Amino acid sequence: MKSLLQKLGLAGTFAAVMLMSSMPSWAAGAIEGAVEKRSLNVHAIVMFLAFVAFTLGITYWAARRTRSAKDFYAAGGGITGFQNGLAIAGDYMSAASFLGISAMVFTTGYDGLIYSIGFLVGWPVITFMVAERLRNLGKYTFADVASYRLSQTPVRVFAATGTLVVVALYLIAQMVGAGKLIQLLFGLDYTYAVILVGILMILYVTFGGMLATTWVQIIKAILLLSGASFMAFMVMKHAGFSFETLFQQAVEVKQAGAQALAAKAAVASEAAAVAVATNAPDASAALASAATAAENAAKAAKSDIMAPGGLVSNPIDAISLGLALMFGTAGLPHILMRFFTVSDAKEARKSVFYATGFIGYFYILTFIIGFGAIVLVATNPAFKDATGALIGGSNMAAVHLSAAVGGDLFLGFISAVAFATILAVVAGLTLSGASAVSHDLYASVIKKGKANEADEIRVSKMTTVALGIVAMLLGIIFEKQNIAFMVGLAFSIAASANFPVLILSMFWKNLTTRGAVWGGAIGLISAVVLIILGPTVWVDVLGHAKGSELFAYKNPALFSMTAAFFFTWLFSVTDNSAQAQLERGKFKAQFIRSMTGIGAEGASEH
Amino acid sequence: MHDSMIERVQNNPKFHALVATRARFSWMLTIAMLVIYYGFILLIAFSPATLGTPIGNGVTTWGIPVGIFVIISAFVLTGIYVRRANTEFDQLTREVVEDAKK
Repeated sequence: MKSLLQKLGLAGTFAAVMLMSSMPSWAAGAIEGAVEKRSLNVHAIVMFLAFVAFTLGITYWAARRTRSAKDFYAAGGGITGFQNGLAIAGDYMSAASFLGISAMVFTTGYDGLIYSIGFLVGWPVITFMVAERLRNLGKYTFADVASYRLSQTPVRVFAATGTLVVVALYLIAQMVGAGKLIQLLFGLDYTYAVILVGILMILYVTFGGMLATTWVQIIKAILLLSGASFMAFMVMKHAGFSFETLFQQAVEVKQAGAQALAAKAAVASEAAAVAVATNAPDASAALASAATAAENAAKAAKSDIMAPGGLVSNPIDAISLGLALMFGTAGLPHILMRFFTVSDAKEARKSVFYATGFIGYFYILTFIIGFGAIVLVATNPAFKDATGALIGGSNMAAVHLSAAVGGDLFLGFISAVAFATILAVVAGLTLSGASAVSHDLYASVIKKGKANEADEIRVSKMTTVALGIVAMLLGIIFEKQNIAFMVGLAFSIAASANFPVLILSMFWKNLTTRGAVWGGAIGLISAVVLIILGPTVWVDVLGHAKGSELFAYKNPALFSMTAAFFFTWLFSVTDNSAQAQLERGKFKAQFIRSMTGIGAEGASEH
Repeated sequence: MHDSMIERVQNNPKFHALVATRARFSWMLTIAMLVIYYGFILLIAFSPATLGTPIGNGVTTWGIPVGIFVIISAFVLTGIYVRRANTEFDQLTREVVEDAKK
């Protein structure tokens, strides 16, 4: 008995916190206490308004310099490698990364680090394989590259679809994060918060185009990196600048939590026994709750925040997740678009180098922040509601930590930065979705490349408004999903649809239009279908019984990406049409341009 | 791009040297990154206990330095590539482009 208790004590509170994160603690009454308490946080409101005013100022400045399509889509090609590196890092350091990954470290410990490493390792591969070819071949969107020697209409329609699906999923994650954050911070209703984000984002993009979007992203990246550095510094200071001490303290907190859960399970089973013995009417309910409590306690007993846990328990799922994160990065349209904002291949390479550095540094910070939250937030009743869950859900761990280490002033700063992060990322996403519609669908497919520039920009702006409205609606519909996970879905699709077509168009001479469109479409559809049939949607979202999912893995990329490559190959090599011969013949010129930059889009004069 | 220019680039031995060297270099680094990352993931998948082993008598596990190593290696490998590409490869590219314009 003693050893069992010890075991229960030794392990972390994985289950407790998982329970917290899955409980809709921000719903119903839970949020109201928080809202009341924080509605007077003047610092946060002032800092946020200052950010909005400043970025609207930038938008005004950018609007006066944004005339041509090149200005609108690619900031005139005049962004430096260092600036672009910050902007790329900014796109990547989304609210989902900052709040979601620090929350994941907070709940599962080491698994959070594994997850963030997956997000980082795609960057070197982008540098080695994609960056300079992309810059040398493309103009505004990755579809420019994919369709370089292929038939415009089908390839652009496919690429625009891939872009819009990825953008939509990513947008959902950002909007949900924004809504919850503002709700918590300002006491503003979730719906109004989402609408506010939508309107600001529409303003940035329609008036300031890529130039404003890039500078909003750069400013936010600097603010976020500074804020996160300060938080990590304070956490380390609290731990006497010793990782060992920090981990030691966190493990102790988790142990105490597991013990509390075990005690809870004991109480519940006693109550159930009494209910059964006295034949009480709620006996079956009592039994069920006792079983749940026991299950939670057992889960807590098994988990260990210092070791790999459930995230990578299944090798197939692990490899599949790894593929999605690694190659998904190279298929994210809003990231790929950033390579066209610099003057040449050299600056493109530099951008990725700086971006990799900033992102790697940021993930190390989120790891420290997550552990800091275990030590400083999970132990403080001020950050919890009546049921013992974090106010606002576990995704708010980093926000609460900012109050714990820096008081109200710093809480205000971090809240404003987190909100700014969402604004900046949604602006980038929306611009990328709008380019897919205006540049790929309108100018290239509908107008067959003969659209006049003013019309193309107008379509882009109209699309931005439409996408803004769609984003608001999606944000409202998907209020209760885990935001880090939605981004995972976007990566799977980017890796299975966009990436195979893009990479083969640059590397493989024999790719034909038929292969690209069929292979890419199969990748896209299989990724979506497998996600729906897998445990994530089938069980967690649609509410079917656990174990009834039709596809066993959470991450489809291993299967859907392989299918995309295979069918792209198959439909290309069996394509004997005259068109296919022509497309293969054009590879030589494309290859020379991709290698040397001869004929590539240069920077425009400003 | 004119056909004659394509021909000139195509017939320039420097171009082939550039393509071959760069391809070899970038594949090498890509494979290094893949080995490091998938080595890490497979280790976790097939032997989770390894990275959960404490270093010495403390609570810090081997997983921490190994994880940090993967992050730093991503940055360092990118740096190695960018350094060589921005000097040696760009110089070669410039020569190829100038030869093609003659």
